[in-house]
Amino acid sequence: MRRSASRLPWTLIVFLAMASVPWIGSRYDAFLAGQITIDALFAVSLNLLLGTTGLVSFGHVAYFGVGAYVYGILMKAYGVPFVFAFPAAGLGAALFAAISGYFCVRLIKLYFAMLTLAFSQIVWAIAYKWNAVTGGDQGLPEIPYPDLGWMSAIPGCGDLSTGARFYLLTLVLVAVALAILHRIVRSPFGRMLTTIRDNPERAAFIGLNVRAYQLAAFIVAGGFAGLAGALYGIFSRGVFADYVFWAKSAEVIIMAILGGMDYFWGPPVGAAALVWLNQQVTDYTQYWPFVLGSLLLILLFVFPGGLVGGVVAGVSRLQRIIAGRDA
Amino acid sequence: MTALLTVEAIDTAYGLSRVLFGVSLEVAAGECVSLLGRNGVGKTTTMRSIMGLTPPSRGRIVWRGRDITGWPPHRIARAGIGFVPEDRRVFAELSVEENLEVGARAARRGGRWTIAAVGELFPVLRERRHQRGGLLSGGEQQMLTIARTLTGNPELLLLDEPSEGLAPLVVDMLRDKISELKAQGLTILLAEQRVDFALALADRVYVLEKGRVCHTGSAAELRADQALVERLLSL
Repeated sequence: MRRSASRLPWTLIVFLAMASVPWIGSRYDAFLAGQITIDALFAVSLNLLLGTTGLVSFGHVAYFGVGAYVYGILMKAYGVPFVFAFPAAGLGAALFAAISGYFCVRLIKLYFAMLTLAFSQIVWAIAYKWNAVTGGDQGLPEIPYPDLGWMSAIPGCGDLSTGARFYLLTLVLVAVALAILHRIVRSPFGRMLTTIRDNPERAAFIGLNVRAYQLAAFIVAGGFAGLAGALYGIFSRGVFADYVFWAKSAEVIIMAILGGMDYFWGPPVGAAALVWLNQQVTDYTQYWPFVLGSLLLILLFVFPGGLVGGVVAGVSRLQRIIAGRDA
Repeated sequence: MTALLTVEAIDTAYGLSRVLFGVSLEVAAGECVSLLGRNGVGKTTTMRSIMGLTPPSRGRIVWRGRDITGWPPHRIARAGIGFVPEDRRVFAELSVEENLEVGARAARRGGRWTIAAVGELFPVLRERRHQRGGLLSGGEQQMLTIARTLTGNPELLLLDEPSEGLAPLVVDMLRDKISELKAQGLTILLAEQRVDFALALADRVYVLEKGRVCHTGSAAELRADQALVERLLSL
């Protein structure tokens, strides 16, 4: 049974389902789908540190924010087109990750986490106070959509609104980014990161330059977070200092843990679950943090592997029951 | 005879508690040298000091004529010293084959110990190459740890209590394998509590007592003089 299930091209099915939203869903569905898509990339970029390398960053939102601001400033102040501004956002975030990461990887565990938090608060303070460049607490409103007129040439896309077209572009870009991250995690480089998570000392005495690898992971994770930030700035039609507030770092950690940080597809599942739940719950009650806290509590005790871990455990238990009956 | 490794009067401490007091030793190319002593006399700390994991506060460690004191562990590994720690932990989540690949890639040293070559030495690892490291038995994990270190092609192998906690049959097999490595010209520094195991392999021995070297001599001398062994190790 599991064989046939695992042979299904799940990623393709999910991608096509997500891509169909502008045609079959409401505008509100499209809004949620956009949010989930961008958060999925943000959460997977964090998980390269959290799940793969074993580095707990409390400040990942800094790189998301740097990406959003780099894009916003290039677009608004200099009119740089999307094809250049979008990669620049990733590079800018990666550059900032290189500088801050250089210091962070010199510390371990809680000290590492605290320094990442400190850097993210510095970014927030700059975003909030440097009026001339970041717009201060007014932010950078009215970020325009990139020119998507060319999409009219694609069959079936002629009638779509610019928002829907941008959603499709986002989906494709995120899919490509996730494919690259997937390759990175499965590459020999990714395996080295896993050995560091397992035991940094052991990784060092077999000859691995642990700090250099941690820094490389930090830069890659920061760069992809920056791409997610740029997309989010366009999606939300503006870049604001809230994006860089530390609470958003906590949110993305929750996404990764909720979905299951031991699995590549855990964080996207967590992102989808969190965005969807947030919308559902806030329809009924204003006590969303209470509901979220209770859910996390249950999850941590009942499914320490997150939602994906829970499903994997459930499926293998079911298989054992079926196998037991057959025998 | 020029020494491959020279440890010159090192002091090493964990925080405020000093463990080693002026330990000196030499290992020449092709030798098997054993560090003997009871539990807690500083055998592991000596190895960790050589490897750069707990750098000494005084004294020097010289490798092939270069002072490597204070080098980070990965540089020491790349310079040709391979460490098989006491807890023999493998990378539990990686398969046997991935463990070996990681060992080969991390050390960045080419040589005769390819993954295929260590598979010849430990056929059981070849059979289990797709199994996760954490699911192997204690003896298999020990072999995997040695094999992983070999894929880094070290010139000197530091073996910390390889026989600890293993069944007698496995211990015998392991001794034969280490003896095979020695016969092939690998230089070995072996820390052991089991005198018979160490004396079967070693050319020379250093006996440690409370963080100091209290005796040094040939293994043959100890093999011939049981009374001396009993006196040195207070058996």
